[in-house]
Amino acid sequence: MGMGLLFDATRCIGCGACSSACKEQNKLPGKVEEVLTAYTWTTVQEREGLNVRRLCMHCEVPTCASVCPVGALKKTPEGPVVYDAERCMGCRYCMMACPFEIPKYQWDRPVPVVGKCIMCAGRLKEGKPTACAEACPAEATIFGKKEDLIWEARTRIRQKPGAYVDHIYGLTEAGGTSVLMISNVPFDKLGLKSNLPGEPPAMKTWQVLSNIPDFVAVWAVFLYGVHWITARREEVAKATANGNGNGRDGQGHGREDRS
Amino acid sequence: MNTTLTTPATLAGRRFRPGFWTAVFVLLFLAFCAVSVIRYTKGLGAVTNLSDQFPWGLWIGFDLLCGVGLAAGAFTLTAVVHLFNLRRYEPIVRPTILTGFLGYAFVIVALLLDLGQPWRIWHAIVYWNTHSVMFEVAWCVMLYTTVLAVEFSPVVFEYFGFHAPAKFIHQLITPLVILGVILSTLHQSSLGSLYLIVPSKLHPLWYSPMLPLHFYISAIGAGIGMIILESYLSKRAFHRHLEMDLLEPLARGMVVALGIYGLMRLQGIARNHAFGTIFDLSYEGRMFLLEFALGVVLPVVLMSFRKLRTNPDWLVAGAFLAVLGFVMNRLNVSITGMEAASGTRYLPSAMEITVSLGLVAIGMAVFAFAVRTFSVFPEGPVAGAKELSRRS
Repeated sequence: MGMGLLFDATRCIGCGACSSACKEQNKLPGKVEEVLTAYTWTTVQEREGLNVRRLCMHCEVPTCASVCPVGALKKTPEGPVVYDAERCMGCRYCMMACPFEIPKYQWDRPVPVVGKCIMCAGRLKEGKPTACAEACPAEATIFGKKEDLIWEARTRIRQKPGAYVDHIYGLTEAGGTSVLMISNVPFDKLGLKSNLPGEPPAMKTWQVLSNIPDFVAVWAVFLYGVHWITARREEVAKATANGNGNGRDGQGHGREDRS
Repeated sequence: MNTTLTTPATLAGRRFRPGFWTAVFVLLFLAFCAVSVIRYTKGLGAVTNLSDQFPWGLWIGFDLLCGVGLAAGAFTLTAVVHLFNLRRYEPIVRPTILTGFLGYAFVIVALLLDLGQPWRIWHAIVYWNTHSVMFEVAWCVMLYTTVLAVEFSPVVFEYFGFHAPAKFIHQLITPLVILGVILSTLHQSSLGSLYLIVPSKLHPLWYSPMLPLHFYISAIGAGIGMIILESYLSKRAFHRHLEMDLLEPLARGMVVALGIYGLMRLQGIARNHAFGTIFDLSYEGRMFLLEFALGVVLPVVLMSFRKLRTNPDWLVAGAFLAVLGFVMNRLNVSITGMEAASGTRYLPSAMEITVSLGLVAIGMAVFAFAVRTFSVFPEGPVAGAKELSRRS
């Protein structure tokens, strides 16, 4: 199941330490923006009196990774969905497809790449937590094994009935994500998409793509068959026409040929 | 209208007679070059209205989706002639293949501008992700452009007097056409499949699990419309006659394709329970009505009448509506239908429009050059404007 992050909106104090730490860790230029950009991979937004983090959800079956024609985006077994800027050719299908609208683009650069949270994949390899989780003074963002985080979230929801919405955001959304969120306000009011299917969107295209080899074979045989029949018909018609002088012989010849 | 159509021809022709529309074309071409320079030096943000909320705009919606779709006449007609063996359509095969090839060339040039790092376009050949529809699209563009080039190449070989390669390709025509039809089937449908992944973003008037089939069938309808339109433009530009005996039955095919497509669209909307969103006359509802009434219902009704089909003016009007409806559909899928979910409005910038118009102009000029140089039409290379005016 890998590692993940749990964000508890009831604990976040909105200090922005996570965003600053992220900028520093990933050497991102400029100030922290209010919305995600190619240079701001996580930010804290105020909604309904709560502070809510925006960041890549690190889907278990990432839509971005499924749509990338060159495989620049990949889910790692440790949890992060990482991005290989050297492969990306800039089609921006990941931005179109992401159900959480996370990947952003460097519109201002002549040699642009995509920018998004990579869950500090490098730090994870060294056994360290993400920079944002390490920086959080209120333990609003905690890092750990995803199964432990689910357990922790369930415990918090169960221990204080009424203090939380009885749902862990990210457990089923778009097929489940490595980043989980809990809150005392419905998630759609926090600007999080609540209309997402429980099945990964990638399945919708795979249903079509996986049938292509079979389709090509059948379609090729069908098309050749059509050609075969129509060409044969023409031959027969010609033979019939040529045989016109001999009366019925020509037609008879044509019929014999067909059998 | 007349002058618009003759102009690119005049420009590229052996007999050059510059006029008002030539100037427009040259200006468009220069503007296209200027925008390209800005785009490559300052980035996509400097020339487009694209944003993080709206990453695909006019260059995908019009240049890519319509460029490929309107090239669909080529596979349809080659199948009709070489697979269904209806040889009488042979005279219009070459101009249709040329139109298809130019459509694909148009798409590739547009992609070279739209991709963030176009110099990496070859990555699609090296790094494979078979789960990506875009990967399928990339391969179809490459392979079918090659097939179209090979299908057209005998015309060029003949011009240079190389009869052996022309003959060789002629012998391979059946497998070549089958390959072309398969690639086109995959490609046309895959452009619809691109949007299968956004069920939560694309408006229910356009989203459907059947999108690949919608795109495929509508491309056949619009591809036929394009054959008729292209014949008409050639008639105006090069003073050719309109092959009514061939175009009239093609229009019947167009009615059937558009009819099936129209029904499928209505079924899709019914399945999404989205009829309410048409008649509340929301922005999307109005755009849908315009697209569907003007681009599907009207041409189907008009072209169902034999009297109108056999009248050149009405035939061309019907074909024009089908093509217009097709373009509106692709723009609605890629732009109108995506706006609400994106939380923003997108209108292409003047520079984006310049690039698209510039590409259309270049395509028309190359077409004119080709029909003046090679034997694209059965009567051989068309004459220059002066020869024509002298003759008439």
